Amino acid sequence: MVILVFVSSIVTAFSYYKYTLANELERAGWRKFSRISFYVHAVASIAVVAILFNIIYNFRFEYFYAYSHASRALPVHYMISSFWEGQEGSFLLWIFWNVVLGIVLVHTNKSWEGPVMVVFALVQAFLVSMILGVVIGDLKIGSSPFILLRDVSNAPIFSIDPNFVPEDGTGLNPLLQNIWMVIHPPTLFLGYASTLVPFAYLMGGLATGRYKEWIRPALPWTIFSAFILGMGIMMGAYWAYVTLNFGGYWNWDPVENASYVPWLILVASIHTMITYKKSSTALKTSIVLVITSFILVLYATFLVRSGVLGDTSVHSFTDLGLSGQLLIYLLFFLFVAIFISAKVWKHIPSSEKEASVYSREFWIFIGATTLSLMAFQVILPTSIPVFNAVIESFGGISNMAPPANQEEFYSKFQLWFAVALAILTGVGQFFWWKKMDKKALKDALTVPYVIAMIVSAIIITLGKVYNISYIVIVVAGAFTIIANGTILIKILRKSSFKLAGGSLAHIGLGMILIGVMFSSGYSQVISTNMSGLTYKKDWEDELNKENVLLWINKPLQMLEYDVIYRGRHKKVSGVPGYVSVNKLQSTEKVNEAIALADIEVKGKTYHKKGEKVEIVLEENSYFEIEYYKGDDYKFTLYPMSQPNPTMGLISSPDSKWFVGKDLYTHISAINDYDEPEWKDDEFYEASPGEQFHISDYVTTFESGEVLDEVEGLNLKEGDVAVQANLIIYDNDIEKRLKPIFIISGNQVGRVPVIDQELGVKVELNNIIPEENKFSFKVNRYQKDYVVMKAMVKPHINILWAGTLLMLIGFGVAIYRRYDEFIKMRDKGLE
Amino acid sequence: MKKGHILGIGVIAIAIVIIITMMGSASTYESFNTARTMAINGNDKAIHVVGELKKNTTGNVVGIEVGEDKTSFHFMMVDNDGVEQKVFYNEPVPADFHRSEQVVVIGSYKRDDLFVADKILMKCPSKYQEEV
Repeated sequence: MVILVFVSSIVTAFSYYKYTLANELERAGWRKFSRISFYVHAVASIAVVAILFNIIYNFRFEYFYAYSHASRALPVHYMISSFWEGQEGSFLLWIFWNVVLGIVLVHTNKSWEGPVMVVFALVQAFLVSMILGVVIGDLKIGSSPFILLRDVSNAPIFSIDPNFVPEDGTGLNPLLQNIWMVIHPPTLFLGYASTLVPFAYLMGGLATGRYKEWIRPALPWTIFSAFILGMGIMMGAYWAYVTLNFGGYWNWDPVENASYVPWLILVASIHTMITYKKSSTALKTSIVLVITSFILVLYATFLVRSGVLGDTSVHSFTDLGLSGQLLIYLLFFLFVAIFISAKVWKHIPSSEKEASVYSREFWIFIGATTLSLMAFQVILPTSIPVFNAVIESFGGISNMAPPANQEEFYSKFQLWFAVALAILTGVGQFFWWKKMDKKALKDALTVPYVIAMIVSAIIITLGKVYNISYIVIVVAGAFTIIANGTILIKILRKSSFKLAGGSLAHIGLGMILIGVMFSSGYSQVISTNMSGLTYKKDWEDELNKENVLLWINKPLQMLEYDVIYRGRHKKVSGVPGYVSVNKLQSTEKVNEAIALADIEVKGKTYHKKGEKVEIVLEENSYFEIEYYKGDDYKFTLYPMSQPNPTMGLISSPDSKWFVGKDLYTHISAINDYDEPEWKDDEFYEASPGEQFHISDYVTTFESGEVLDEVEGLNLKEGDVAVQANLIIYDNDIEKRLKPIFIISGNQVGRVPVIDQELGVKVELNNIIPEENKFSFKVNRYQKDYVVMKAMVKPHINILWAGTLLMLIGFGVAIYRRYDEFIKMRDKGLE
Repeated sequence: MKKGHILGIGVIAIAIVIIITMMGSASTYESFNTARTMAINGNDKAIHVVGELKKNTTGNVVGIEVGEDKTSFHFMMVDNDGVEQKVFYNEPVPADFHRSEQVVVIGSYKRDDLFVADKILMKCPSKYQEEV
């Protein structure tokens, strides 16, 4: 099937090529044939996708892909994530998007169909080759997702029973078990895939001699691509913010950079393309930028998947031995693009006239240059592992490593570039809508400038921004918002909303800038130990401890808050909120438990005692952290943590949202209490009503009680069952423990109670009726605790709002440009 | 001179500044020995050291000492030249730490005999080997 996909893509490329060259008579025939072969390709691709999904959906663990990416405990929507967790699946996703885009293009174009689809089909051929999995001698082409587990693994079980099928898969990386992760990769890959469209138009245009006409159809697609890619990136950032533990939305990780850089170039190319449409300049720049953005996507793919990043990235794929193939893919299109452009370069019209400082072209060109420099500054250090690899392949030795403090290193440049951009957009927009000279510019800018200054002054005072570079950012951001806002109002008054895309996106930029400044610049770790208790060791105390240890039920002061850890919880399906583990007893089956008490929320009973309940992902525990201010209870957060057998402790933070800030709480370490190592036996004797200490806990032995029946046991005539009622006090919590002692015939039985939160096991060891004393055997273990980190991120919502606004701006612009293209096409002026 | 030229020169100048800063900020891969020499010479730049955790003869990781408040720990690391070094990390022990095949510590010598890591990268056995 995969081979059919591959062959059909090559046939499509070839026949569209013939179609493009064919004379009028043969054209219709070639076109029909090309379309058929493209549809064969499309159907086959979708079939491959369906088959792989089917394998995962039906837990066919004899397949390696299903085994290593899925497990039975996963809910259906996460199976979708399992699909693209692996490299092969993500290539398939990309192929799938290309097919969808191809179908759209075939149906929306007339004269462009031929050349555009040649490029499309070629790209498809390369992509499909990545999952071919054909081995010719030593040469391996692609890595197939349909490999059987027994062909990959050399586990001894397969030599005993070749038909062995594992019971369960190893499951999905828990970090990816998040709803954003279900939609983020497809969005990102659609973004990647769609960069192909402008590139294909460009190549088609250059090859068929339509050096400038390609811009019109390509423009809406470029904006679409930037829109989707931008959305994908922001979803990723949001995912990182809500699930990852590095405490932020952006980490300057090579993989993140690899998606950010093409986006910057895409945005730059949108601007130069618009300039070209308005004033016939910057055509060559647009060509270079469109090619660069497409090649950068390929380069990103290469970085992420070839294994060259090695240990510099937390989320690159493992090397599947595809690096050579990826490199060929990259170089092929790089050379084809350069070759085609070089061949026709001298035919490309360009304007000789020098752009005036008071022209919009000049300002947009500076803007595009700034964007390109931003991209350059990021891609260069990201490629350090590549430089090392290149130097080493020529026999040299290179020990260059990425900058140790990446955040500081990148922010240093990116922030100032962004400030420059913000100011440029503010000024540039005025040029855009009107002819300007010195005086007109001054008039137009004075009002927004003054307002921006006033607004910044207010923000600076209220937000207590006293750092000089932050002040500059605030001013730049405010200026962009105000200046573009002014333009926006004018547009809305005079003409239609259709034209407002640019101003909207620019206002978004200003908000993002201010949001980033506040949330990063003023992010504050509040989980510093304020108890005054230090733990010896000279210089270490000088270091800022960003984590605090919370013993269960014991309050700890943390800046203005007092926090108390209250225990572990699970998510039970159908029940809102979380259910304490004390109310649940897990069964043999995955994700199933028996309710030990009625489960009720807000007066409504969801499950009765003794009922079986379904747990949502049993491995996930939610740690209840109560926040107090003084004595007033404020709110409770439930950060998640999952001890994962393959990956260690996986934690997801929980955040309290305020209007002006987020309070972010994250678990760094937990007590693992699966198989406690109980300490030596301790014996205590007590009479009913007496108080004594079990380790540090004050304990009251309330009463002894003869039971008529014991749960789970069949008491016979003459059997005696005695229960001791103990109350253990831990801070403000009372726990009732009820160990049982049974005499049945000649035998003695003891039913101990274990309290994992307190880390005690209590057994009613003996009853001494003569002295009216009960003897208890106690084993101790570590009391439950969490180590957590808490941070305040001010005004992060401005960032998210700005992002949304920018995306809306893109959306409006797509609509406008696409509308234009359709109208021209229908007039036959395509 | 035309404006275009000035602009071009400006762009090239910024690009050069970017490259130079990158060279300046780029860290390096060192061994513990070279790292110590650097520290003695007063160079306290953060560097990368690649190595693995110290293991005893039965293959168990030894030398991890968790701080009393569980928010920091010390461990013993052996670099690729076989040099053993005590390393301090001011964060709780990452949960899969003892299973890591390779660790990269980014940091510098704070004291003559103690390397302080600002960041630890771990390479853990991938799922591909897990099932064997």
